[in-house]
Amino acid sequence: MENVHTVEEMQQAEEHSFDTKAIWKTFRILLYITVVELILAISYYEITFSNPHLVKHVLNGVFIMLTLAKAFFIIAEFMHLGHELRNLILTIAIPAMLFLWFIGAFLWDGNSFKNLRNNYDRQHLEQSKEKAPVKEEHESKKPGSIE
Amino acid sequence: MSQTITADRKWWSGGRSPFNVEYGKLMMWYFLMSDAFTFGAFLISYGTIRFSSNSWPDPNHVFRSFPIIGEMHIPLAFVSLMTFILIMSSVTMVLAVGAGHANDKKKVMFYMFLTILGGLAFLGCQAWEWTHMHGEGAWWGRNPFMNIDGSQSSTNFTNFFFTITGFHGFHVFSGVIINIIMLIMTWKGVFEKRGHYLMIEKAGLYWHFVDLVWVFVFTCFYLF
Repeated sequence: MENVHTVEEMQQAEEHSFDTKAIWKTFRILLYITVVELILAISYYEITFSNPHLVKHVLNGVFIMLTLAKAFFIIAEFMHLGHELRNLILTIAIPAMLFLWFIGAFLWDGNSFKNLRNNYDRQHLEQSKEKAPVKEEHESKKPGSIE
Repeated sequence: MSQTITADRKWWSGGRSPFNVEYGKLMMWYFLMSDAFTFGAFLISYGTIRFSSNSWPDPNHVFRSFPIIGEMHIPLAFVSLMTFILIMSSVTMVLAVGAGHANDKKKVMFYMFLTILGGLAFLGCQAWEWTHMHGEGAWWGRNPFMNIDGSQSSTNFTNFFFTITGFHGFHVFSGVIINIIMLIMTWKGVFEKRGHYLMIEKAGLYWHFVDLVWVFVFTCFYLF
């Protein structure tokens, strides 16, 4: 029965790694990152840039990195994966790598579809440039609306 | 005879349970991984459609309301509150797991209760947001918001928004139900008799996953 690991023993092994201080530290990190994201998002709308498209692209890159940082802290600390055996970490992390290909391939495809369509379907391009009729801002309340 | 893990033995070398975790917890990890792919598929299809569109509605314009004080033009304030609630309830969930390690029944119950409260608060916020957007004329198949460049938008934005936040909200809802069951089981002393609170840990994994998904939904819908 040597390879049987009882639940009590597993718990004993884990007890040393449980630390309330580390949890609150993780919480603060998550909070700070979220606040930074918000400040960036709001200031982008408040400040007028000479090259808004470039700024938006850079900003999106920053958002992706901050999001991944948040995800890392949630998985490693809250879900405790950072303290498990490396084998377990890898059985989770390696399949998750598929996302890199998924995201890359599908966004590339979407972008390519847009370019092809704009090139070969001029009517679609013209139509997507037409301005929508400007509506009065919430003049008529629809039933069921809550303020 | 069994060995406990030491720092220099981080790799499995046979002779004991390979991952040093209980079966149910391991399976919870694999379930969460499959669930991550479901959410990933949703978010990636959203990204694909958004990349294939010439323009897209402006989240700063769409999500700018706050309950009671109304149209204050404080963009993203409400969704930040929702994010804060969810992260906070994640913290109380870890604290419940920690209390479980110490076999402290009262503390487990207290923190589980707070976690459930946080989940319900989040669901309430989401219900308000959905009702508000529905009141503005947004629903599956209807999109009252114009694109950021002022052109007419398609219904893609609202379809994806309601489907993905709805699917996430459904996860929060089932998480709350699971947590309520865990609270009742703790209260009845089931885990006390069992001698360990590993079930709380498994429910906790699910709850943190819900928080994790929200981090990505938040970035994809509200920030980009």
